[in-house]
Amino acid sequence: MKNLLKSIVAIVSVSVAFTSCNNATSSDSKSGALSGNVAEKVYVAPGEHDEFYAFVSGGFSGQLAVYGLPSGRLFKVIPVFSQDAEKAYGYNEETKPMLNTSHGFVPWDDSHHPDISQTEGVIDGRWVFINGNNTPRIAKIDLSTFETTEIIEVPNSAGNHSSSFVTENTEYVVAGTRFSVPVPQRDMPIKDYKGNFKGALTFISVEPEHGNMDIKFQLIMPGFDYDLSHPGRGKSHGWFFFSTYNTEEASTLMEVNASQNDKDFIAAVNWKKIEEYVNNGGGTMMPANYAHNVYDEATHSATSTMKKEVLTVNPLDVPGAVYLMPTPKSPHGCDVDPTGEYIVGSGKLSANLTIHSFTKMLDAIENEKFAGDAYGIPIIEFEASLAGVVEQPGLGPLHTEFDDKGNAYTTFFISSEVVKWKVGTWEVIDRQPTYYSVGHLMIPGGNSRKPFGKYVLAMNKITKDRYLPTGPEVTQSAQLYDISGEKMQLLLDFPTVGEPHYAAGAPADIIKPRSKKLFNLEDNEHPYAAKTEADTKVVRDGKTVHIYMTTIRSHFSPDNIEGIKVGDKVYFHVTNLEQDYDVPHGISIIGANTSELLIMPGQTETFAWEPKQEGVWPFYCTDFCSALHQEMQGYVRVSAANSNTPLRWSLGEDIE
Amino acid sequence: MKKSNIIMFIAAILPLGLFLFPLWKITLEAPQYPTPLGMYIHINDFSDANPHDIKNINLMNHYVGMKYIPEAIPEFKIFPAGILITTVIGLIIAFKGNYKWFLFWFILMMALSSAGLYDFYIWEHDYGHNLDPKAIMKFTNPDGTQMGFQPPLFGTKDILNFRAHSYPRLGAYFLGLGIAASFFAYLVGKKTHKKTLSM
Repeated sequence: MKNLLKSIVAIVSVSVAFTSCNNATSSDSKSGALSGNVAEKVYVAPGEHDEFYAFVSGGFSGQLAVYGLPSGRLFKVIPVFSQDAEKAYGYNEETKPMLNTSHGFVPWDDSHHPDISQTEGVIDGRWVFINGNNTPRIAKIDLSTFETTEIIEVPNSAGNHSSSFVTENTEYVVAGTRFSVPVPQRDMPIKDYKGNFKGALTFISVEPEHGNMDIKFQLIMPGFDYDLSHPGRGKSHGWFFFSTYNTEEASTLMEVNASQNDKDFIAAVNWKKIEEYVNNGGGTMMPANYAHNVYDEATHSATSTMKKEVLTVNPLDVPGAVYLMPTPKSPHGCDVDPTGEYIVGSGKLSANLTIHSFTKMLDAIENEKFAGDAYGIPIIEFEASLAGVVEQPGLGPLHTEFDDKGNAYTTFFISSEVVKWKVGTWEVIDRQPTYYSVGHLMIPGGNSRKPFGKYVLAMNKITKDRYLPTGPEVTQSAQLYDISGEKMQLLLDFPTVGEPHYAAGAPADIIKPRSKKLFNLEDNEHPYAAKTEADTKVVRDGKTVHIYMTTIRSHFSPDNIEGIKVGDKVYFHVTNLEQDYDVPHGISIIGANTSELLIMPGQTETFAWEPKQEGVWPFYCTDFCSALHQEMQGYVRVSAANSNTPLRWSLGEDIE
Repeated sequence: MKKSNIIMFIAAILPLGLFLFPLWKITLEAPQYPTPLGMYIHINDFSDANPHDIKNINLMNHYVGMKYIPEAIPEFKIFPAGILITTVIGLIIAFKGNYKWFLFWFILMMALSSAGLYDFYIWEHDYGHNLDPKAIMKFTNPDGTQMGFQPPLFGTKDILNFRAHSYPRLGAYFLGLGIAASFFAYLVGKKTHKKTLSM
């Protein structure tokens, strides 16, 4: 009996060992087969979520697109600087003020550099800031609603390009002018540019709780072109670095005349010092005229306020606040590594990358290793702040981002590639082609103290033959590389909205939990909201008619309206009474000279309609809301201007 | 105080848990609702499982002509009063009564709970069958009779595109435990009584 028991135990243990051995073999072979599978790396199964959000600017589309990485799937295009008929942004009465400027209503801009807010040098996922280049503006997008909630115009600026980068606690979002201009603007000969035009670097404070923006001060710099900028971080927190070109101060045939100097500058600005100066009453208040547009989530409406003055600071009035570091050949990118020690200048006409050391810069300042000055601003000796050079990495270096393992990744526009190099030793580790002519690249958190170095997204200006052709105008693209290994690996190549100028990325976990599902109806403070069907009404005030309307599956209230006359201006104030996730309703009416409305649950939006002909005109729900969406319709009776049809409205019964 | 009376005391107190925790929960699952719609039934209230659920249940149900879930029903006044009165009776029994009274309280509570469940069933039946004749969508059973949409009293049932679950919640367990404890008090009391007699 005992023997039998023993042999059973023996058989069982052998078979267990055998089975587990089998398992080990099969799982090994499986992972081996998968490791080479690129498709698997970007495949996000139906219903699954991506690992990262990517906020990719639309460039000349003026918008900001939201993609998932690694799948490259497009989730939303957030309207920022351009009207969007789909979402009624800039068309409905509530959001028109968002696009107000000192030049009036400007329905378009060129959106370039999104940057996510940070706390202690780590992206916190609260807001994305983005600059409008053409009519200088900075916008803030709230990442709980993914809507643009604030836009501030930047006075004394032109070609707002070295923007909109945030300091490591989002103390400031910074906007530098690309084109120098007369400050303040005035009528003068263009040829008198040199010495007379100025470049304004604008520090916009961000209120920590709600993110409200306000121009704290403008630093009025010499008339160079301020191309890109980045904040110091860690040890260099408190400084900001701006690349410059056209230190020649040319005003015509710039491609030649602005490319003459062997070196231009990276300007280092000690903003903490200037902040202290203005907090103690320093600076000069200058008359100005710029719009500040704020969207209020409670009233679902924006207001535009014209501001009439701005605080300016002459850099010579704050000794020790601004220095210039010579950097070869019209530097474009000006990127700071996660430790804050290295400032990478990409001389776009140079074959090399120039890296400045923050520590050496401080030492040079202390020991006054200066090579002269420009308009009184000290120029640091080139060798004194130089940390190193990446020799001959490629042609046309533009931008650099960093991973969390001490590597840097630089794009080369002319040689169309991404080059990986080692920070500190400056040796090139790997290079991969892009298709074609890459501009910016993005690593989630790559502009912070804590990059998430799993992927890099390269954004290309030209695609030519990469996709099915669509006539002369073809899409631009983004390309995703796996950078978790020593060698970069191209995973995915996807078309984008507009020009994917630059992007900001974040792990989904930082942003996803904050995303709202709907607006609470009880919190709606819109002055024309109807919060129940009992509150709906039609009110005439002279030739203006206000319709307080509601929507809920699957009807409008009221849906029959009479007593409107030719020549009236009719405002449809439509409140969506739904309180369920993803149940918007839309509305428009024949001949409305504006876009539809797309109203989220709990929200009120307004469109204006000026009927020009008598008749009975239908309106309907434009968003497929429910099984009875097709029944969601109504009529407005329009009578002659001199008629006396009484104003009446109803739902579910004949008008009497 | 005798051991059985202490148990009876606990038994009388336990149903008060109904004022703290929901009695029942009805959950509706459907593909379009990755987070299911749900409604808690308290002794004196209906409440949302997630914000706005009752409003959204009403919205769904209006397509088939079901009435809105009422803000208040008479039961919300009767049930709390019933629980309070029976608790007071239970406490008096716990202090003054003997095991025979415990059994009385047990039977009283069983009877009242059954009546409550029956009342719930009647309401559910009316809710699921008393449909608006102008309902947007009308469904019939295979035998030609009008289809009802009554949620299950206890358990899980498919209703059109929804899967409805109906189960007791913590409050009901408090009540059940209280009732069971009174019967236990009765058994303990009876045993002690016999011992005393035989001694």
